[in-house]
Amino acid sequence: MMASSYNAKEEDGHHSGASNNGGAGVVKSKKPDNTAFKQQRLPAWQPILTAGTVLPAFFVIGLIFIPIGIGLYVTSNNIKEYEIDYTGADINDACYNCAKNFSWNSTTPCLCSVPFTLEQPFESNVFMYYGLSNFYQNHRRYVKSRDDSQLNGDRSALKNPSKECEPYRTSEGKPIAPCGAIANSLFNDTLELYHIDSNGTRNAIPLVKKGIAWWTDKHVKFRNPGGNSNLTVAFQDTSKPVNWRKPVFDLDPSDPENNGFINEDFIVWMRTAALPTFRKLYRIIQKKPSTTPTLPSGKYVLEITYNYPVRSFDGRKRMILSTISWMGGKNPFLGIAYITVGSICFFLGVVLLIIHHKYDTRNNSADIPS
Amino acid sequence: MATTNSLRVDSRTIYVGHRSSSTNEAFIPPKFCDNRIVSSKYTVWNFLPKNLFEQFRRIANFYFLIIFLVQVIVDTPTSPVTSGLPLFFVITVTAIKQGYEDWLRHKADNEVNKYPVTVLEQGRRIRKESEKIKVGDVVEVEEDVTFPCDLILLQSSRDDDTCFVTTASLDGESNHKTHYTVPDTEKDLETLNATIECEQPQPDLYKFVGRMHIYKNDQEPAVRSLGPENLLLKGATLKNTQRICGVAIYTGMETKMALNYQGKSQKRSAVEKSINAFLLVYLCILVSKALVCTTLKYVWQGKPGQDEPWYNEKTQREKDTNLYLKMFTDFLSFMVLFNFIIPVSMYVTVEMQKFLGSFFITWDKDFFDPEIKEGALVNTSDLNEELGQVEYVFTDKTGTLTQNNMEFIECCIDGFQYKYRDASSDLDGFCVTDGPLNKVQEKAGREELFLRALCLCHTVQVKESSEQGQGQRDQVDGFGLDGEVLPPLREQRGFIASSPDEVALVKGAMRFGFTFLGLESKNMKILTRNNDIEMYELLHVLNFDPVRRRMSVIVRSKSGDTLLFCKGADSSIFPRVRQEEVERIRMHVERNATTDDYLLVVTLGAMCFAVQEEDYAQADAGLMEARLALQDREQKLMAVYNQVETGMSLIGATAVEDRLQEEAAETMEALQGAGIKVWVLTGDKMETAKSTCYACRLFQRNTELLELTVRTLEDGGRRREERLHELLLEYHKKAVQDAPPVKSGVTRTWSSANQDYGFIIDGATLSMVLNSSSESNSSRYKNLFLQICQNCTSVLCCRMAPLQKAQIVKMVKNSKGSPITLSIGDGANDVSMILEAHVGIGIKGKEGRQAVRNSDYAIPKLKHLKKLLLAHGHLYYVRIAHLVQYFFYKNLCFILPQFLYQFFCGYSQQPLYDAAYLTMYNICFTSMPILAYSLLEQHICIEVLLDNAALYRDIAKNGMLRWRPFLYWTLLGVFHGLLFFFGVRFLFSNPALQDNGQVFGNWSYGTIVFTVLVFTVTLKLALDTRHWTWINHFVIWGSLLFYVFFSFFWGGIIWPFLKQQRLYFVFANMLSSVSAWLVIILLILLSLLPEILLVVFHKPRGPRQVELRHIHTFPLYFTHSFSPRFIYLFHFLTVLPLFSLWFWSSLMEPIFNIFIRGI
Repeated sequence: MMASSYNAKEEDGHHSGASNNGGAGVVKSKKPDNTAFKQQRLPAWQPILTAGTVLPAFFVIGLIFIPIGIGLYVTSNNIKEYEIDYTGADINDACYNCAKNFSWNSTTPCLCSVPFTLEQPFESNVFMYYGLSNFYQNHRRYVKSRDDSQLNGDRSALKNPSKECEPYRTSEGKPIAPCGAIANSLFNDTLELYHIDSNGTRNAIPLVKKGIAWWTDKHVKFRNPGGNSNLTVAFQDTSKPVNWRKPVFDLDPSDPENNGFINEDFIVWMRTAALPTFRKLYRIIQKKPSTTPTLPSGKYVLEITYNYPVRSFDGRKRMILSTISWMGGKNPFLGIAYITVGSICFFLGVVLLIIHHKYDTRNNSADIPS
Repeated sequence: MATTNSLRVDSRTIYVGHRSSSTNEAFIPPKFCDNRIVSSKYTVWNFLPKNLFEQFRRIANFYFLIIFLVQVIVDTPTSPVTSGLPLFFVITVTAIKQGYEDWLRHKADNEVNKYPVTVLEQGRRIRKESEKIKVGDVVEVEEDVTFPCDLILLQSSRDDDTCFVTTASLDGESNHKTHYTVPDTEKDLETLNATIECEQPQPDLYKFVGRMHIYKNDQEPAVRSLGPENLLLKGATLKNTQRICGVAIYTGMETKMALNYQGKSQKRSAVEKSINAFLLVYLCILVSKALVCTTLKYVWQGKPGQDEPWYNEKTQREKDTNLYLKMFTDFLSFMVLFNFIIPVSMYVTVEMQKFLGSFFITWDKDFFDPEIKEGALVNTSDLNEELGQVEYVFTDKTGTLTQNNMEFIECCIDGFQYKYRDASSDLDGFCVTDGPLNKVQEKAGREELFLRALCLCHTVQVKESSEQGQGQRDQVDGFGLDGEVLPPLREQRGFIASSPDEVALVKGAMRFGFTFLGLESKNMKILTRNNDIEMYELLHVLNFDPVRRRMSVIVRSKSGDTLLFCKGADSSIFPRVRQEEVERIRMHVERNATTDDYLLVVTLGAMCFAVQEEDYAQADAGLMEARLALQDREQKLMAVYNQVETGMSLIGATAVEDRLQEEAAETMEALQGAGIKVWVLTGDKMETAKSTCYACRLFQRNTELLELTVRTLEDGGRRREERLHELLLEYHKKAVQDAPPVKSGVTRTWSSANQDYGFIIDGATLSMVLNSSSESNSSRYKNLFLQICQNCTSVLCCRMAPLQKAQIVKMVKNSKGSPITLSIGDGANDVSMILEAHVGIGIKGKEGRQAVRNSDYAIPKLKHLKKLLLAHGHLYYVRIAHLVQYFFYKNLCFILPQFLYQFFCGYSQQPLYDAAYLTMYNICFTSMPILAYSLLEQHICIEVLLDNAALYRDIAKNGMLRWRPFLYWTLLGVFHGLLFFFGVRFLFSNPALQDNGQVFGNWSYGTIVFTVLVFTVTLKLALDTRHWTWINHFVIWGSLLFYVFFSFFWGGIIWPFLKQQRLYFVFANMLSSVSAWLVIILLILLSLLPEILLVVFHKPRGPRQVELRHIHTFPLYFTHSFSPRFIYLFHFLTVLPLFSLWFWSSLMEPIFNIFIRGI
């Protein structure tokens, strides 16, 4: 009893504090339990990784990966992609003047058009992206400069946005909706596509602006305060972001389901890109019910309303037309990687088999005399 | 007053019963602490601050606290929660554990403190709580009750003024010890007027000096000496005595027991040192990462338009901040961002592993000894892995190598040798085996004297049977009346003594017809051969001590002769007897000691007797005086003892046999096979120790013995110093210079031509080596000595004092390469070496529990050492080494992508992973599999480990935690980190990864990397696991499942308490993308490919191949059978294609195009 009160070590580890209560006279049998766990004899699977078991794995990996890789590569190669850089950095570019004369205060939009030719027709749905380079959407100060509660329709956050939105939190004494650097820098170039048919007429190609944002973002994460009706009232007493030309409830006045915070262009922009060179989905050109390709080969014109300055930070702007496969957009990396890894495995398998075979025989012969 | 005059600071005065010695003097009760025992560390009030303070004193915790504070103060990329939560978790768990332990201590304290005791106050008996006892209180204690404080025995209910106590809970000695009342204290305690003067409390259980002044109605105060025999210690239990009264002299925290339980120095294991070294490396990596990022950030920002583009303006405050301050906060932010590279959870996991892992030692039923009904005991769990690293074993001989189960086998009286034959009883067994047969009459007289000496010269007690003392006494009386009853009862008679050879001697005497019946009121009763009872008055006992190595009793026979019987080791007796008698016996003694009987080990005690009447008076006075001394009593007693024990005449010598421990030889052989050097350190004489070494196969027949003892030194006839010098050089040449260099890791076969050397040194020579006259010689001798010893297969050090044992351990411990040492012993004389060695092992032997109490591990038998080291030690080491390496690895490849990401996000400290992932990675997703691994892994099964002692060498010298394996793991971590990051980076060159054309953002990027990371890291462990129990399966697959479920859950809800819903449906969207799946599978496989590849090459080669063929292959981190350069090459081979992929893609595209168009 008394000893145990001092023998902290013993007590800590191995006896409960009260085990010695009976005084020194009582000897408790301390025979350990004969259980598999306590005797470290739990039944166990003891995998033996030997050349014999591993070598087939190499071949199997090789045989699986190479076809997958070829499949991926073919798929990626079949994806059609067309890219136009319309930054206007060069004096010969169509948008050079717009880029050069850009001013935040100008009221008249600067328009420029870039003609281009598609060599091959684009089948199926065609996806129109805009791409930006050297634009650090993943900068920490930028990434955190948003208020998700505000975007989720929270009224108190609408009136009192998060501190993270600084310095885009209030303007002229009123809270900014949507606040923060991300929203403030919303990409606002307008891109329109015209097909020039053989007799020289420009046909506007219908661009669908729905289905470009994640479904969950559009329907759950982003919500307008007080429902989608009467946004003007809902956004009363708020200020538009400094760099915006129109308030948030005017993003798409034609469609109440695509206006305010649930505007898909806005939602797409709010999903910050992983790398400084990125692309974002802009519009979808839906395939035609007839057998004619969505974008037949021929001449096109891209009409740009040039609102978005990128020259100040050496950025680039692109428009990308791309078809999509089951693996997403065009990216040869996966295919090549799979083919390479598969071939390495296969090759190593062969080499190892030879080495192993030789090694084993030499070994066996060495064993015999002993 | 005499007492006040001699009052000193280092003694205390106690007024028995608080009665002042004289009325005219002002009675000021001295202040002593109360009898409250406080073993608890905390109270309710100070628990929080004190515990927190204690915890933050640990460097790791402090580091994380600093990181946390930086996060709170500075604007950092991750919220304080990410590091605060794990820290809080760790601190809380530790606090709860310590709080619970403290609560248990509080409970135990209370039980002791509130225990009711009886105190005599003014003649009345008052029940009190134990904690209220004050120094000077007279306390009454009943049978089978533990003493509440340290008491001086004043009164006993036994007639002979003695009481019996057992100190089993103090030192484990379960024999009943006799304690005596202070002589001449009055029977009526009420009127006793006395003061006690005694030393201040000190922890030695066996030392106590004090004196008592008894005042009787104006007479000159009587002075009585007080010694340990008068002191009843708190914690001991009263036995065989109905009731005693004693006065409290030390109370509460000043009792000897309380003083004894104050901690011993903490030992740190080599693994811990390695961890700290690795930690430093990672700290450097961390700081350099942060520095690189900070520098690059400002270089990058130097370019126009980068620092503050129009879309990402700074706040006013940021603009106003001083540039250098900004740099500094940036640096801190990077530190915070990368701080996960130093894993807070590793400390928790290591602690848990050690704590839980040590249970397997206590649970091991192989360590259970049916005799003492106990298994192994683990006193510290900090050293589990050190058991796998032992290079030197220092073992005690008696009780460790041998059983310390003494049996009297022969004796030599007056030059004639007698052997006890296991015949019937009586004299037939006691026969002369040599020597002339004349002078029968005289011989018989000497024999009887010898046997009487055997019966009298000891401190043995007769164990009373379970019946009450009265009944026993009746039976004893019965012997005299009726001889027929005698033989069966005689056999049942049990003797208890502190040393087993005393019992052996008394039992030996009993076999020859002289039975010791017991001690009754200072009279020793013996039953002679003729069934007469002889009484001897016991005058003095000159106790045994290891320095004198002898003990004596002074008795007065019925006829009034005063006799001194002395027994002791031959070396301590021979110089003290008349020299002419010595020679005849010495011959026998030496012959006995060198007996080459394989299983027997013989120790000899020589016995002698002498003393005349006139000497006694003088001796008595001297002894009394010395016993009363308050100061330096020990030395004074020693002087008197030495003075008394002279001029004796030798009667004979005895031989006592001690058997080897079970499987002692096998154990020693296994240890040597494991590459462990075994040194025997014993206080015993050389001949005995040498034969033990032969019996244990530490010395083989062909072992050449290099002797460096007093005898060899005196051989040359020159000065000892010179001879020592000469011999050392000679042996050094033989053993070190001429010996072919031993290749490390190669089994030394005993049959090989390689000459084995054994080295023998004795205490006297050792002190000459260590404390040579000149300083330069000393260090040189020490060096030579060490080199010789290290080249010998075994070393025997005999005639060692306890302190010398520790000295040797210390010397080896501090020698080159600082080898890991282990000391094993069972007695109090081994404590110093047990405490000195890296690992101290106590044997639960017969010599009390002091060794066990001071040890790190205690085992019942020597043979258990084999499994403890070869199986448990080996496994623990492998487990914890893997644990440590794995932890660093997994955090490196966790944080490296985050570091690389800085290059792509403008060095803005943007975290790659979500805060939840950052926090949970080490706590939930990857912690359990490695914990299960580190508890259950058996890379080689236990039976094989035990059968192949040589396997122990594979992990020698901290083999798995040296820089090379560390480099391997670090490179592996770097490789994986690079692979994860750039694999996903190339995938994200087109972020449109879904089949509806939608794009992924930065959080998807991080989630893909994190998914690959969690899976790879867990599967890497799965690959290393060689022992898959259901727990491993459960935990590994469970962790992965948990990660998936958690990710769904975390991304499935808009969390109201979160500021940002970063991960909302990110994981689900990721899984809906085929490309993400493909890249995850590809990267996991590619990361693990080199590991799998290694297995093919990792077939063990060389001579060990045959014996290892039936075992599973070695884990992959064993790199010695396979050149590490090769491993790096393979990693390089797999890294290379990945990094060249990007360049290839442009090069190879046309080729592929042609190829595919061809189809």
